[in-house]
Amino acid sequence: MNDCPEPLLRVEDLSVHFPVQGGVFSRSRRLLRAVNNVSLSLNKGECLSVVGESGCGKSTLALSIVGLQAPTSGAIYFEGKPITGTVQPSRMGRAQMAQIVFQDPYASLNPRQTVFTSLAAPLRLHGIEAGEVEGRVEEMMRLVGLKPDQAKRFPHEFSGGQRQRIGIARALVLNPRVVVLDEPVSALDVSIRAQIINLLLELKERLELSYIMISHDLSVVEHMSDRVAVMYFGQIVETGPWNSIFDNPTHPYTRRLIGAIPDPFAELAGTSLVDEASAPPPPAGFDFYPKEFGKHDVYSLPPPSQLVAIDVDHHVRLVPAH
Amino acid sequence: MGLRLNLVIGGVLCVLIIAAAVLAPWLAHYNPIMDADLMNAELPPDGQFWFGTDSQGRDVFSRILYGAQVSLTVGIGSQLINTIIGLIFGISAGYFGGWWDDLVSGLTNLMLSIPSLIFALAIMAVLGPGLPSLLIALGLTNWSWTCRIARSSTLSLKSQGYVQAAKTLGYGDARIMATQILPNMIGPVLVIATLGMGDAILSEAALSYLGLGIRPPQPSWGNMLTDARELIVIAPWAAIFPGVAIFLTVLGLNLFGDGLRDWLDPHMRTRRA
Repeated sequence: MNDCPEPLLRVEDLSVHFPVQGGVFSRSRRLLRAVNNVSLSLNKGECLSVVGESGCGKSTLALSIVGLQAPTSGAIYFEGKPITGTVQPSRMGRAQMAQIVFQDPYASLNPRQTVFTSLAAPLRLHGIEAGEVEGRVEEMMRLVGLKPDQAKRFPHEFSGGQRQRIGIARALVLNPRVVVLDEPVSALDVSIRAQIINLLLELKERLELSYIMISHDLSVVEHMSDRVAVMYFGQIVETGPWNSIFDNPTHPYTRRLIGAIPDPFAELAGTSLVDEASAPPPPAGFDFYPKEFGKHDVYSLPPPSQLVAIDVDHHVRLVPAH
Repeated sequence: MGLRLNLVIGGVLCVLIIAAAVLAPWLAHYNPIMDADLMNAELPPDGQFWFGTDSQGRDVFSRILYGAQVSLTVGIGSQLINTIIGLIFGISAGYFGGWWDDLVSGLTNLMLSIPSLIFALAIMAVLGPGLPSLLIALGLTNWSWTCRIARSSTLSLKSQGYVQAAKTLGYGDARIMATQILPNMIGPVLVIATLGMGDAILSEAALSYLGLGIRPPQPSWGNMLTDARELIVIAPWAAIFPGVAIFLTVLGLNLFGDGLRDWLDPHMRTRRA
């Protein structure tokens, strides 16, 4: 798939299933299959976007990558070393591998800690000397575009955009290699989004970061990603370089997603990507699934299928035709 | 932001009671135990005996001041024990879940189903009367509400982004509970603790009234009521004043607890450098 011998982060055949209790007295335990056999890899310096509708399992995938959700099966490798299962490193050891920026900037900061405490405590925990902590916090504040003396404030004294900057500073304070961005701008005002996106892109270059971005907003994805993975009901249905996905969306679900981007020009011209007639036919011997959207349910296993290469690094999930 | 009326009234009442307890040796005109003079028994309030005298001729005012010491010690001490027990059980149950949560929740429900005064009575019967027994009896029987509040707060707090972020930053479970979860439930827990102090003071009065708490001749508001019961028609002041003291203390604590809840809302706090 890649010439690169070993990607920075590799997710292999990851599944996350949650047992769901039927009721208080019911013994039946169904499994909610949030993530099903997902494999993906992230190269150094890359931004990989995972897109899909809410409930498709993309956030669960994000939590698994930063170690907040134990996988049911499968494994995650960081620089070739497994970080899940019995061999997983401690929380301390894991902290410098991957960090996460949360969607809601109002719930992601401890309201009873000053920004300084939120940033300094992890540094002290990781054994940074007392004399250096203050300078490092100052540096982080500047890095995300805030004034260092604002660090003595409490989170409620900041706006949503500023809070998200603090959230980014906290994710970066320990110098992680991978940052998982869980819908980093979807809770923000439209006018603030561009600022945060540009900040993230700038930080990626300056600090040589690699991003995994979880999003349902394709205009953000288009702006930030190198590669895109489209998730549908816990599975990756299409993956490839962003331009290949946007220019040549093949899976019906990807086409619907891209067709849903509001485009005033297409609207005027009366054309739409969702136009089924112009859809490329599936390769011989295969079929797309599902024929009808929403027929799936999260409790049953998806039909047997495989990812088939249709272009360089561009894969589509297909089911063998009967 | 103006101070809230309930916080002010409650605070003033609490300060008055604390002052009465602390300054009792200087404020009291008479020794609450030794200055018994049967010639002065059952005197109505006047310039010399502000709250009158009881059946033994002791000054009711002086005895109420010393009784405040008992009430406050029991109220604060037992609530301290209750709060610590409730927090440890509640936070750990909410945080870890699983069998530990089932066990703690079961125990909490069991505690709630036994009237706490009856339970305290049983403990007092085993330990015998006295202040240390009172602290233990009341400190072990009233932690269920703190535990419940702590558990439910933990359940909602542990899914917050900052708790999750603390995990990814390498914080251990104990540190997360102490620095990320506990400070964010201080408000409701303090309110419960303050209201519980009122309960504890009432329970102390009840146990002492029944002869299981503070033993006479040492004064407590509860055993003062016991003494006064027989002569309530002849010397009502001996019963009224301890009753009023209990009422004002519990009222003050309740108002203070309410006001505290509003004041502790983090959105009302400003910068603290």
